Amino acid sequence: MIVTVDNLSFCYGDARILEDLSFTARPGEITTIIGPNGAGKTTLLKCVANLFKHDGEVKFDGKEFERKDLFEFLSYMEQNTDLDVDLNVFEIVLLGMIQSLGFYVSDEDIEEVYKVLDLLEIRQFADRKIGELSGGQRQLVFIAQALVKNPSVIILDEPTSALDLFHQYNLISFMSRITKERGCTTLMTLHHLDVAYKYSDNLVIVNDHHIYSEGSPKEVFTQKMLRDVYRVRSTMMKDEDGDEHFIVLGPLET
Amino acid sequence: MSEKKDDGNGFQYGHYAHRKYLMIAAGILIAATVFFIDLFFSIPYISPSVLFEEFIHPGGTSVMHVILWDLQMPTVIAGIVCGAAFGLAGAIMQTLLNNPLASPYTLGISAGAGFGASLTMVVGLGGLSILGTYMVPAGAFIFAMLATGGIFVVAKAKGFSADVMVLAGIGLVFLFQALQSLMQYLASPDALSGIVFWTFGSLNGIEWNEVAMIFALFVIAFILIYRKCWALTAMRLGDRRAEALGIDTQGMRKWMFVLVALMTSTCVAFVGCIGFIGIVGPHVARMILGEDQRYLLPMSCVCGAIILVLADILCGTITSGREYPIGIFTSIVGVPFFFYLLMKKKTVKT
Repeated sequence: MIVTVDNLSFCYGDARILEDLSFTARPGEITTIIGPNGAGKTTLLKCVANLFKHDGEVKFDGKEFERKDLFEFLSYMEQNTDLDVDLNVFEIVLLGMIQSLGFYVSDEDIEEVYKVLDLLEIRQFADRKIGELSGGQRQLVFIAQALVKNPSVIILDEPTSALDLFHQYNLISFMSRITKERGCTTLMTLHHLDVAYKYSDNLVIVNDHHIYSEGSPKEVFTQKMLRDVYRVRSTMMKDEDGDEHFIVLGPLET
Repeated sequence: MSEKKDDGNGFQYGHYAHRKYLMIAAGILIAATVFFIDLFFSIPYISPSVLFEEFIHPGGTSVMHVILWDLQMPTVIAGIVCGAAFGLAGAIMQTLLNNPLASPYTLGISAGAGFGASLTMVVGLGGLSILGTYMVPAGAFIFAMLATGGIFVVAKAKGFSADVMVLAGIGLVFLFQALQSLMQYLASPDALSGIVFWTFGSLNGIEWNEVAMIFALFVIAFILIYRKCWALTAMRLGDRRAEALGIDTQGMRKWMFVLVALMTSTCVAFVGCIGFIGIVGPHVARMILGEDQRYLLPMSCVCGAIILVLADILCGTITSGREYPIGIFTSIVGVPFFFYLLMKKKTVKT
């Protein structure tokens, strides 16, 4: 499903958070939104998911949807994973299919939950209360909740914020595989630039309420961008496989 | 069908769900048992066997018939239905307001009803005198709905935020309690005694048509609320996560609040402000069955009904003929049991 964002603007009271943003996210691709703190990345995702009222258009395969219809095919994962409630992991993941659940949970629905728990290797936590898990484990549970209904559009807000390095790379590489295999459109925000560079098909860089640049990682990841947007000095290097990596040397001198 | 699929590896959701159904069935069995105990054993000076005989073969002596079918039966059924309604209302309020201390009374319904009842007992309410014995319930209901309307207006202006609703509720509770104190200050000794008795609540003297009214409202509210059980479960994850699952949290809070207010106001109008059940019933249910509202809502009803009927039994047994407000006994029965469950509950050590 092609997600087209056209002239999207959002104000919070008198404060303008996003101004005239336009970009496209395509099926089978990961589109990652990056930018410094307070750039409006989360707000942008919420506007795309119609969780915030905004100006401009967000179209899915050329059509605009009401929120209740949108969540038939779209999953959204919140950034904050703090939660202590008397629900176990299985029940939390099951809620990801809330639009289609009947009073009795069907065998097929149960199978889908087990499948996604296996996929994320968290089946051993199925009967554990969510509050008993670590932040990283909870993050995987909410990703499982987002994936369980096989959505056409997946929106993940900082899906790796509570994960260690290994699990960050592991999870985003997993998301990259799922996105290609299922042909879904994945939109996410990330703070870890190296992960974003390595696994994104399309990068949207948001800075100062606007889109600074958009394109493939190789196109948009430049020393100039890192200097302008993140205010850091950097250099690029090639590893033994010839892949390029950028290295941050430190903050710009003020 | 459903929920029967087990998987051989570790946690089996099918068994887990079936255990919950069995718990609810066990709860219903206990409720039925306390219902019959209350029906036959809590009337002093009358042998349970005589009452049982009248139950099996109605139409014995006219006195026994009146005692069992016109006095005791509506009282005990009212206990079951009001207990279930308070339990259900408490579970919904705790979910909607994301607050474990919330009860059907948090938003000023009981305070409004208490003031309405006091006002009618002390100064009368003009045109309501034509209602005769229904004057006090009518006054209580009108002011409970006025309190509800006040909360609704404030909450609507602020997007039905849980915090605003709780704060507005606290404000209204203080206002109506102050007005009720004024009524008590002005009341004659007889009216004062009536106000105090009404404030604690009582099932005695309730009539069949009143029971029917409460029952009908409870059933309608339960069906309408239960249709949203998945959305209510999602709301336990917090508003933002529920919205990210496609739930209209504002709409849910608005309509659930109206349903709970109608159901609670009707119960309170007829039986008074019986406290504690709306808090403890859902907590007991939650400790047993967790937060999945498909199970929590019916279990909260069952727990509320059991606690209220147990309190009625205690009330009838201990007071031995003298009429005490049942609200006192709901706390005496409920608090020790609640403490036991709190201490038994597993906690995560940090």
